Amino acid sequence: MVSVGNVLFNGIAYGMLLFIISVGLSVTMGLMGFANLAHGAFAMLGGYVAATLMNQWGVPFLATLPIAFLAVAAASFLLERGLYQRLYRATELDQVLLTIGLVFMAVAGATYFWGPGQQPVQVPDYLSGGWTIGGVDIGAYRLFLIAVAAAVTVGLIFGIERTRFGAMIRASVDNPRMAQGCGINVNRVFSLTFMIGSGLAGLGGAIGINLIGLDPGFPIKYMVYFLIVVAVGGLGSIKGSLIAALVLGIADVGGKYYVPETGAFIIYAVMVSLLLWRPTGLFGRR
Amino acid sequence: MTVLPLEEKSKRAATGTASGTLLERQGRWRWYELAFWLVPASCYFLFPDDLVLVSQVLIAGLFALSLDLLLGYGGIVSLGHAAFFGLGAYAAGLLAANGWSEPISGLLAAGAIAGAVGFALSFIIVRVHGIALLMVTLGISLVLHELAVKAYAITGGDDGLQGIVIDPILGIFEQDLWGRTAFVYSLVVVFLCFLLARQLTVSPFGLALKGMRENSRRMLAIGAPMRRHSALIYTISAAMAGIAGALLTQTTQFVSVEVLAFQRSAEVLIMLILGGAGHLYGAFVGAAVFMVARDELAAANPEYWFFWMGLMLVFVVLFLRGGILTGLSALHRRLTRAKEASR
Repeated sequence: MVSVGNVLFNGIAYGMLLFIISVGLSVTMGLMGFANLAHGAFAMLGGYVAATLMNQWGVPFLATLPIAFLAVAAASFLLERGLYQRLYRATELDQVLLTIGLVFMAVAGATYFWGPGQQPVQVPDYLSGGWTIGGVDIGAYRLFLIAVAAAVTVGLIFGIERTRFGAMIRASVDNPRMAQGCGINVNRVFSLTFMIGSGLAGLGGAIGINLIGLDPGFPIKYMVYFLIVVAVGGLGSIKGSLIAALVLGIADVGGKYYVPETGAFIIYAVMVSLLLWRPTGLFGRR
Repeated sequence: MTVLPLEEKSKRAATGTASGTLLERQGRWRWYELAFWLVPASCYFLFPDDLVLVSQVLIAGLFALSLDLLLGYGGIVSLGHAAFFGLGAYAAGLLAANGWSEPISGLLAAGAIAGAVGFALSFIIVRVHGIALLMVTLGISLVLHELAVKAYAITGGDDGLQGIVIDPILGIFEQDLWGRTAFVYSLVVVFLCFLLARQLTVSPFGLALKGMRENSRRMLAIGAPMRRHSALIYTISAAMAGIAGALLTQTTQFVSVEVLAFQRSAEVLIMLILGGAGHLYGAFVGAAVFMVARDELAAANPEYWFFWMGLMLVFVVLFLRGGILTGLSALHRRLTRAKEASR
């Protein structure tokens, strides 16, 4: 029997990973009103960037994380300017179709460049060990992941609540026309926000290889999880996404340990009933 | 596309095309509709070696047609329509594997089961909108998929359901190796379902649906029972998707959890959008283009074919809003206008 402590620790690590990847989607779907199913493709791209840097060019692991963030942010900028912004006013159906098309292209592209198999990664020695404290196995890598995610959370909350750019985001979301009238370039604000969100997905994809793996099916396999975090947490709510991601992470890990025969069934069922109870999510604003 | 000669037009006007109510006029059969249905029928003689593929196209087209009723007429977006396709497929498969091997009653039973589940779920569906609606429809299909995967003892999981036996159709026509019987059976069933859908769209109920699609606030203001309409079209669409699924099971004598997968929900959406939603025929045009393109692309490079699928989808969304049929009818309008202007 696996102890509750282990399930909690692993679940929190998994939930934190889901949070880093999904928080950008919360912004795209909640604040910008864009149904983006291709968010997982950004995470996958980040993963491949990091894996290639490590395995072929020998770049140290820690250095690959910021590079993955920047590379994905840059790629998402091109996509946002080229494709996404044409459909900001379109129906959700059009947005869904466009992004499903992008997912197909990303999956096929990843298969073409990196092959269909799992990407091997070598975690540096200082992150591969672990300790046992009070009967709970604390893996160094998972602890590192939780620390990064906590730093990201604090940074996001501080950035949105306390900085000038954060105030501009809030203004643009609450009332785009008024914000435009005050001289805020709303398009540019959204564009930058989108880049940061996608970059975080790339960071999550890179840091998550060791936990959830990386293969071309990644965007489809985890799409539902990212969507659940965002839809259940409430669109555009960082706090909601964090709580939803943690609950989902713990429930998923716990479910796999204790009731493996039910699978993800319960998670989907809970999501459906939650959305019926509160269609805008737990902490939704609209 | 050819245009009716002028004499024909004036003759029609004289014999009273303009008479009758709006719905009667809309319900009249056009020559190109008859021509459309001659195409699959003629495949029996033209492509006797490809009848299996043509049957698949027809079944996919029926599935897309059921989504068209929901999306193109009811205005309800679904990311999980495979739920009902899979329900019908499994219902037909389980009936056949457990001794009920008469196909036509099996087909109807499968449609009824899918319709009943659709009816039960419709109370949920009409309550949510926007992104929540996408998530709920997706979630329902995921729940069913998980159930089918986990209930290995009943469904056979990924390996497929064993022991499906289908009696000769009407007790006369045996299934053959070239899929001739399966083809004719599919064509007849699909055509009957199409007639039903067509009749529905030119009924007062169909008109109400179009009103909801075009301007839901005004429909609310004139007192249309919108939720009841939405629930009804959802139920009908579910039953029709179930019949499509059952048809697939009966003609291939095989069913696996793949019928419930997200991939299938996405594909049917792509087919419909490719062909054009809200036309009825768009479903079949899209299904034919999609299936043939997939066949060709997958044969050319089996690993990367869906790259081109994705590219096609992006292209359609950005440049061909409304799909192939809308594009054709816009072209047709422009040509006729040019002709009239030159007169």
